[in-house]
Amino acid sequence: MYQAFIFLLAAVVSVPIAKRLGLGSVLGYLLAGTIIGPYALGLVGHNVEGIMHFAEFGVVMMLFLVGLELRPALLWQMRLPILGLGGLQVVLTTVLFSAIGLLLGFAWQTSLAVGLILALSSTAIVLQSMNEKGLMNTEAGQNAFAVLLFQDIAVIPMLALLPLLAMTPSSDVASSIGLSGWQHGLVVLCAISAIIIGGRLLLRPLFRIIASTKLREIFTATALLLVIGIALLMDLVGLSAALGTFIAGVVLADNEYRHELEAEIEPFKGLLLGLFFISVGASINFDLLMQEPLVILGLVLALILVKFTVLIALAKLFKLQTSQQWTFTFALAQGGEFCFVLFSFTSQHHILPEHVTAPLVVVVALSMAFTPLLMIINERWVQPMFVSQQDNDQLPDTIDDGVTQVIIAGFGRFGQIVDRSLTLNGFSTTVLEHNAAQIEYLRKFGHKVFYGDASRQELLHAAGADTAKLLVVAIDDHEKALEIVRICKVHYPHLKLFARASGRIQAHEFHKAGVDVFVRETFHSALNLSEQVMTSLGLHAYDAHRAIRNFRKLDERHVRDIIKLEGDTKDYVSMSQKNRKELEEVLKSDINDIEELEDMQWGEK
Amino acid sequence: MTKILIIYAHPNPQKSRLNKQLAFAARTLDFVTVHDLYQHYPDFDIDVAHEQALLDKADVVVFQHPIYWYSCPSLMKEWLDLVLHNGYAYGKGGDQLTGKRWLSAISTGADQSAYKSDGSHGHELDQFLLPFKQTAHYCAMTFLPPFISHQARQLNDAGIQQQAQQYKTLLNNLYVQL
Repeated sequence: MYQAFIFLLAAVVSVPIAKRLGLGSVLGYLLAGTIIGPYALGLVGHNVEGIMHFAEFGVVMMLFLVGLELRPALLWQMRLPILGLGGLQVVLTTVLFSAIGLLLGFAWQTSLAVGLILALSSTAIVLQSMNEKGLMNTEAGQNAFAVLLFQDIAVIPMLALLPLLAMTPSSDVASSIGLSGWQHGLVVLCAISAIIIGGRLLLRPLFRIIASTKLREIFTATALLLVIGIALLMDLVGLSAALGTFIAGVVLADNEYRHELEAEIEPFKGLLLGLFFISVGASINFDLLMQEPLVILGLVLALILVKFTVLIALAKLFKLQTSQQWTFTFALAQGGEFCFVLFSFTSQHHILPEHVTAPLVVVVALSMAFTPLLMIINERWVQPMFVSQQDNDQLPDTIDDGVTQVIIAGFGRFGQIVDRSLTLNGFSTTVLEHNAAQIEYLRKFGHKVFYGDASRQELLHAAGADTAKLLVVAIDDHEKALEIVRICKVHYPHLKLFARASGRIQAHEFHKAGVDVFVRETFHSALNLSEQVMTSLGLHAYDAHRAIRNFRKLDERHVRDIIKLEGDTKDYVSMSQKNRKELEEVLKSDINDIEELEDMQWGEK
Repeated sequence: MTKILIIYAHPNPQKSRLNKQLAFAARTLDFVTVHDLYQHYPDFDIDVAHEQALLDKADVVVFQHPIYWYSCPSLMKEWLDLVLHNGYAYGKGGDQLTGKRWLSAISTGADQSAYKSDGSHGHELDQFLLPFKQTAHYCAMTFLPPFISHQARQLNDAGIQQQAQQYKTLLNNLYVQL
């Protein structure tokens, strides 16, 4: 309880300050960690490592969320950067670090082990920082992600490989699981197939059943159960939990419950990741740093420089845009959280001696802490050099690549027409619908619909309200629709709001709530029908068209007038009475106004 | 058996006196099709393929409309813009109208004297018809002498009937010549 209080307090105090200073939340968390850590205030005990292990689950959740954003087709498109860029980064960095180790007189086994471990970067820090700066959809962001993904995959063979480098022979890891190599491979294959097949076939009906209970906490529980279950399964077969949940995420990326899942997992991920960063900060061993400050800082510098060199060379080789090369390089030049895991793994298996790993853990932690600073340096001093060039380079890039422009809340008969007409014309939409049965039915026809209650801010967020341009409110429940409008006005003031109103009164209320555009649902279709009635009764089609056009204009003007009036008198009581009187006035004024609107014949004197 | 297609463009046909009677008279001829543009496309959304199919069947195309601002009503301009496109009416492969005849049947609000160099409109009506004439030429069509009704709003019933009868005779003659 006390510990939780300290951690939360540290986060609540330091993160807003760091953000205000433009340092980003990651640095805020890390600083908070060092301040409450055993080497500064000492408010938390020495079980920081235990907390860190627990908090690493935040990374697992993050990769699940990343997977959710990444449809399999998109992942396939990224195969070149993942294998090429990622593979080369790991290999080259390992070679360089090993060479340095050899030069410093270490045995080749030690050098190679350290090289392998230090080749990894921090998924948690890089993704969180890039997300916060809105860099994930840039070239640098995508390539950085590809490299990180390869590294996460590379951890698995590393865990198998490292014991072979042991200085003193110890128990074989493979045999410690009790399986031979090929059996182990088979088990891994089965586990991944289980995730893919299960995710495809079982989860949709499961989510539908859960969703139809309409109990939110059960849905939350299901989402957590899914992530934890997969993590456990991965642990059991000796795979990285992050990789397993990432695969699960990708499998579910096409699922209609994707946004709801995102909304449920997101807060847990955020908190755990924060906790993780704090524990990284708290675990920095300042005793070691104080004993040999020059050596440690020199090593940090060397670590960053070596990674930097490899990254910038690769960025050039893979022909990233110049400005993106630097963002990519600055982002990835650090050691990662897997280093902690691997260093403790290597100590346990006597692969690396304690006096090598202990300072390196500090070096990695410091390099992670410096990452947000490096990214700020890049942002403030490096990127401005490319501004003019970037403008030229990026001009044709302004079309959003698959980023949702329009969110449609409600996929009833009204929302469907809106969605179909928009998507057919190439606008990307995200649809949110609360009725699980409805979704199932529509999915059969190939619509992209997601399950969820659009009046929840988290879901709007997951659907992309931050980056979308406008929101169409097309749900039947008027109170809920107003609620959505109010939420958007507070949290997403940039969103243009379009609403379907069932009638005049609802239209007033939408207007008062700040909706930009409203349309009365039956108005236009009724007028359309009326126009056809007039034509079939013998009125010339163009006369009928104009008559209806005039009626529409007058009526819409009238609704606006009433809204203005409404604001003055605030008299809601006799609304229906007033409405009737207004209608009479409309009809009376129509007769005058239509004469006035009639066009004149040209060319007469 | 359409031989003569009348593209009729009047935005206010119920209020028109002359054009309504002209159209009525033309409809009595079985080799004439009167195609009321404002009736078919009140929302200006012209079905190009349908229009071209109508043109294909016709040997004479009559454009019947009042003169507005020295030109045709806006929907007919839209019709020209969309239907007579490159590859159909002109340009490479655009020979679908070759040899067909173009007749402008137009009405004016003012009397003939306004269309003089010293009149209120400053030019002969013929000069204002130059865009239509050249359109016909560009589509390899023959531009026939226009059928003109001046001062359409001022004509009395007898005058209108006379005009309608002349219109009918002209259409008949065109048909016989085919």
